[in-house]
Amino acid sequence: MSLDLRNTHAEDEGTVLQKRVDRRRALGILLGGAAVGAQALSACSPVAPVSDEEREAKLLQWQEYVKKNYRFMSDEERVDTIARLERLANIKHNVDVRIQATPAQPGVMFGYAFNISKCKGYRACVEACINENNLDRRAGTQYIRIFEMEGEEVNLDEADATFQHEVPAEGHFYMGTQCFQCADPPCVKVCPVGATWQEPDGITVIDYDWCIGCRYCMAACPYWARRFNWAAPEVPAAELNPNQHYLGNRARKKGVVEKCTFCIHRTRQGRLPACAEACPTGARVFGNLLDPNSEIRWVLEHKRIFRLKEDLKTEPRFWYFTD
Amino acid sequence: MHLKAFALSALDSATNGGRRYHVWMGSLTLVMLVGAFAYYIQLRDGLAVTGMNDHVSWGLYISNFTFLVGMAAAAMMLVLPAYVLHDVDFSRAVLMAEAVAVAALVMVLSFVVVDIGNPLAAWHLVPGIGYLNWPRSLLAWDVIVLNGYLALNLIIPFYILYSRYTGRTPNKRRYLPWMYIAVMWAVSIHMVTAFLLAGLPARPFWNTALLGPRFLASAFTAGPAFVILLLWFIKRETDYDISEGAFSKLALITTVAAQVNLVMLISELFYKFYSPTHHGINARYLFFGLGEHRALVPWIWAAIALNLVATIALMIHPVRRNMRLLMPACAILFVAVWVEKGFGLVIPGFIPSPLGEIVEYTPTLVEIGVTAGVWALGFFVLTILVRVALPIEMGSVRSPHLGGEGAPVIRPRSTGGRFTERRPVRTR
Repeated sequence: MSLDLRNTHAEDEGTVLQKRVDRRRALGILLGGAAVGAQALSACSPVAPVSDEEREAKLLQWQEYVKKNYRFMSDEERVDTIARLERLANIKHNVDVRIQATPAQPGVMFGYAFNISKCKGYRACVEACINENNLDRRAGTQYIRIFEMEGEEVNLDEADATFQHEVPAEGHFYMGTQCFQCADPPCVKVCPVGATWQEPDGITVIDYDWCIGCRYCMAACPYWARRFNWAAPEVPAAELNPNQHYLGNRARKKGVVEKCTFCIHRTRQGRLPACAEACPTGARVFGNLLDPNSEIRWVLEHKRIFRLKEDLKTEPRFWYFTD
Repeated sequence: MHLKAFALSALDSATNGGRRYHVWMGSLTLVMLVGAFAYYIQLRDGLAVTGMNDHVSWGLYISNFTFLVGMAAAAMMLVLPAYVLHDVDFSRAVLMAEAVAVAALVMVLSFVVVDIGNPLAAWHLVPGIGYLNWPRSLLAWDVIVLNGYLALNLIIPFYILYSRYTGRTPNKRRYLPWMYIAVMWAVSIHMVTAFLLAGLPARPFWNTALLGPRFLASAFTAGPAFVILLLWFIKRETDYDISEGAFSKLALITTVAAQVNLVMLISELFYKFYSPTHHGINARYLFFGLGEHRALVPWIWAAIALNLVATIALMIHPVRRNMRLLMPACAILFVAVWVEKGFGLVIPGFIPSPLGEIVEYTPTLVEIGVTAGVWALGFFVLTILVRVALPIEMGSVRSPHLGGEGAPVIRPRSTGGRFTERRPVRTR
């Protein structure tokens, strides 16, 4: 069954589809619950009275509107908002999503290293990222940018990120950028409402429901890592990744900023980010900087490394190296 | 008793006028309606209907915002000599300047509202129910100083006008301390807005210590220039007499500020171009273009040319003293600063992007419609404020509860003999 999530203009999050939902089951899906089967799109259940559901949706939306900044919520409030969001996704888009609130794990500080010698510009990472993070298909939002450069010199001014030809091109090399999860992020301190912050494991996240969309953080980022939802984002239901995190790939709305979170919903459960997993050349090394036996530590200790714009002192946790 | 009468007579002043007044207000309303419709489209479809994108993430709205913050700040420049130094020539100009400040602030706040993507979440900015990231975020500072400045500029003139209306002489001991605060506050709104941009190392085009002072200089160029135009219009259309002295002092302020502004522009150009570094690439885009990307080049050179012409004209004494020449010079200066400090300042900060990509920006019709609507709103507010303040200031509107015509009072010397004002003596 394929559903089209094309949005209408009046809706912030996409179209309202026919709602045929098992309410008890949908309500039962809670934070981190054993809702394994919920990935399937629920379809054939007794039809609830539409007006009831609409009333429920209205109430939930109002409760969502007046909720707090995620950072200042109690655990119960977090459980509640996640239940509401999952229920709303069900009512409004007829999809079952599981939104985690997995916190940062102790003793973990994420870091990334990118092997310029290995990257061939296939952009498998870009595609994996789009699918994994439910990026807006209509606007073609991408967190990752792959720059093609000629010769041997790293020079972003002469680089081309919009190449459309067979890769690897003769005499060229490739270099990817994304959010570098800076240790001293300039984007965080400029936010007037504290809607973006750095988590203890080094990931800078956004509370999409708290963001007012002023885009000051976009002006402040020296690495062009942030993206704005200029229109209501669209993701076809069939392509929707239901495995979500409140601070990561859950549904965004029109008029708010989003960014790469090192796939927070995967990496906090010990998996690799989608880009690192998808890379066919092994150019991407991801890991825990605090683990002396990790691959990333080995790279940082044995390779010649550099970071972009080190003079700005934002201390990115994203390094480049060559073989 | 007085307050209700005050509100009613204010409404009366604002809604009654000649044919030309109604045509003017009607046209402004029409433009506002167009703006409201454009904003409705933007709310419905998102900011995608503007020319902005992930590369150029601020455009026409924030450009007008930075310019108008300067307009608001500059009004206080006139307050200082009038109330603090007791310059009688100026005192008649001041209320008008404060009306300009209020109108500019209304536009400033409107431009912020139309620029944000999620205006329904604006309550998140309110401390207590929301969370204001102060003192870390310069935007939080801006929210505080702009709203504070608006409050000051509403309360002080209201106190003065209301005192006059009820037949009392405004008590200096009551309003002067606030006036001092307001003058310092005026500097702060502009410095904070400059710091908002200058504090971003990611954008070398703005990341310069000169940005704050440059903002002040350009504000004190465009602000008084606009006030001159407004006063000239009021003098021509009404009985409200504004002395030659006020004009010449205002023109002098404008001239000096325009010269300082040019000096700063030259130092900026020298710094960016004598030893071109990578940080000068945005300036290179603005002034010379990068390859085929040169959308702003004609604008900035036109602005500089107009700026030069007007500044040189103002530096020639006979020109500055001739009303027929002073007015066009001020108008040219106003437009030149608007271009230079509006989109000439904000947009090149984004082109090329921090990663060297070049995406140009052209505002859409919707965006221009919203912008025009906000400007019309500003002029609408300004017109009403002037309309309400003038008769009270001139003594022709007084609280009906005062009783009788009141006794005539002696006007300051500068008033001249064009009309005799009757001001009631305070009676218990």
